[in-house]
Amino acid sequence: MHPTSARLLNILVPIKRTIDYAVKIRVNPQNTGVDTNVKHSMNPFDEIAVEEAIRQRERNKDAIKSIKVVSIGPPKASEVIRSALAMGADSGIHVEYPDSAPSPEPLAIAKTLKAIIEREAKEKNAPIDLVILGKQAIDDDAGQTGQMLAGLLGWGQATYASKVELDASGKSANVTTEIDGGSQQLKGQLPMVITTDLRLNEPRYASLPNIMKAKKKPVEKLSPSDLGIDLTPLLETIRISEPAKRQAGAKVETVEELVAKLKEAGFKAA
Amino acid sequence: MYTITRASRRFPRRNLLPKLYARSLTSLTSSDLDHFASFLPRTSIISTMAPFSDGPEAIAQYNADWMGKYQGRATTVLRPRTTEEVSKIVRHCNERGIGLVPQGGNTGLVGGSVPVGDEVVLSLGNMSKVRSFDPVSGILVADAGCVLESLSDYLQPHAHLMPLDLGAKGSCQIGGNVATNAGGLRLLRYGSLHGSVLGLEVVLPSGQILNALTTLRKDNTGYDLKQLFIGSEGTLGVITGVSILTPPIPRASNNVILALPRFENVLPLFGEVKARLGEILSAFEWLDRGSYDLAVKHGQGRALSEDEVEGAACFVLVETSGGRGEHDEEKLTDLLEFLLSADTPLINTGVLAQSPAQFSSLWALREGVTEAVSKEGKAYKYDISIPLSKFEEVVNMTKERLKNVEGVLGVIGYGHVGDGNLHLNIIASSYTPTIASLLEPWLYEHVSSLNGSISAEHGIGAMKTHALKYSKDEVSIEWMRKIKEMFDPKGIMNPGKVLLPREGNVMGEGEKEGSGTARAQE
Repeated sequence: MHPTSARLLNILVPIKRTIDYAVKIRVNPQNTGVDTNVKHSMNPFDEIAVEEAIRQRERNKDAIKSIKVVSIGPPKASEVIRSALAMGADSGIHVEYPDSAPSPEPLAIAKTLKAIIEREAKEKNAPIDLVILGKQAIDDDAGQTGQMLAGLLGWGQATYASKVELDASGKSANVTTEIDGGSQQLKGQLPMVITTDLRLNEPRYASLPNIMKAKKKPVEKLSPSDLGIDLTPLLETIRISEPAKRQAGAKVETVEELVAKLKEAGFKAA
Repeated sequence: MYTITRASRRFPRRNLLPKLYARSLTSLTSSDLDHFASFLPRTSIISTMAPFSDGPEAIAQYNADWMGKYQGRATTVLRPRTTEEVSKIVRHCNERGIGLVPQGGNTGLVGGSVPVGDEVVLSLGNMSKVRSFDPVSGILVADAGCVLESLSDYLQPHAHLMPLDLGAKGSCQIGGNVATNAGGLRLLRYGSLHGSVLGLEVVLPSGQILNALTTLRKDNTGYDLKQLFIGSEGTLGVITGVSILTPPIPRASNNVILALPRFENVLPLFGEVKARLGEILSAFEWLDRGSYDLAVKHGQGRALSEDEVEGAACFVLVETSGGRGEHDEEKLTDLLEFLLSADTPLINTGVLAQSPAQFSSLWALREGVTEAVSKEGKAYKYDISIPLSKFEEVVNMTKERLKNVEGVLGVIGYGHVGDGNLHLNIIASSYTPTIASLLEPWLYEHVSSLNGSISAEHGIGAMKTHALKYSKDEVSIEWMRKIKEMFDPKGIMNPGKVLLPREGNVMGEGEKEGSGTARAQE
């Protein structure tokens, strides 16, 4: 059917369900974590990654075969998978762990993603050519997963991307990335890992027809053990606390009063 | 003779002033200032008069409304901190016959909160304490000068919210909200302030303190006096404290923007949405294509994609709020599925917010129309209540009437369909008498013929005093007058607002000149 004989590209977009960026974060009374009983949504950088994958397909219509999203998270992570499918991704994988389990660390996530990529190639005959993911998740701000994944796979990586030009037939990508004080242009052969920065694009709204279609798109559910992965964290969180509160100020009526207050507080004229 | 300044534009003819403004009122003198200084601290008095001699810039913000359309000539602003201080101020002004303009956040749209002459401005901004909150009943008692948004912030940790929300929430004050019976975006859900305000503390023109600050849901003990002050726009007294019922914060909210092929679909859509969403429906806002395009042009919220807006005659924003996200979402998706799969669909398509960021962005498209209009040009703003089915007709009639008129940039309509409230905006490159005379009294007459209201939520202020008769019959106006005269026999409270003075029986003449003034203002 397709004019090119070259194998079409498969894109994988890992996404994370995080506390929404507009929510005011509150530390729980036990000081063991933050209050998670609040509005969650897709990590904004991951949303940019989903948008980028869809735009690449819109630009290279016949070159991209599939866009698959994967989320590793508790049962409710399925919501962000639905969101991504409503935006235009084709299918999803949900690696589910129980609500009670601690949040996994970037290394475990990278290993899980590697396992999924290997599985896609071996069992599904759909080798992944490009992984696009957020440069960091806004909850723990680690900013490590993309780099670790590229390292584990031995693939090239372009991090903090602000522009991606895909050469589908040449199987390469030109990526403009953000660096201190400017940008740099990188060129790499696929397969590779790209992490997204804020300026890359502005994610679309999910249209109603696409939301309805998304309900019928396949989402595969796996457990970490299905992939031979242990998500247990290597670090233990001992205590989380809020920054010390600033003391409220007071208004003074006159300069004299101000001077008196300053003297009271122990300030002296130089 | 005189240069065209904002102040003189308001009064194009010298002889107009006394008719808008009771003749008996006197100007403030330095001995009055001395009196105020005897019980108010220096920081509560701003005056360009000696011995205070503050610069004109200190007083400018109190003399002009935020649109720069109305300009007063007040020399003195008083900023009391307690109800007793308010009472002393009002009592003195009443004895002396000095006009008083109570002022909250000064965010009104009809010139109700700025002096028409040199009245004293009574700013409530220093009275900004929450007096009590009962988290079980949700009843909040607060000083009139509390900023709406700070009250929302105060309630947030208690999981409650204010029953009203306005674009001006960051500046407007609860006392002003009540005095103007502000509507806004939550009215469909929580009703008007006539229902949610449980009690008021009001300083009457005599200086007496009317303590009706009850926290009772039910209180059938004769006349409900507080209702008189809700929407009185400061003409009957100064609201100093408010007791208000606040609802619990909905745990989940969602919104969609729907693109409609034709206006006729709005009403059946409203019916479906109401029936299928039931209690979780919290807003149903309409904007025509012109409003949408303008909002997008001026960067208010992220636009929908081109194929989504293609062929859309107008848009509807639907918001849901409820106690359980999954339940709301199920209802909402059932509704959307129904809308999309109908044989003759009411909608072309639509978008559903996927995150709080998108939720705000969709709201910005609707809320941002006001700002977009002010960026586009000078606006003639009409805020009318008419039957829902007439929304588009009125917009189209106005378009037709202003076709090919020089300086007209556009006519747009948007508003709270759920409340029958249309915002009709005519955007022009400048305010001209031609445009004004084409709009008034024609529009008011038309609204009157539809048994509508010439002011759905903005109030009467100084802008629409002359047009009151289009919404109120003679008997009503006469009894409004009697009430005004009973509370405020000297006419010191917010003179020139809501009702024109009876004085000299200039009603007929005054109306004509009043509309002349409005034209000059526009």
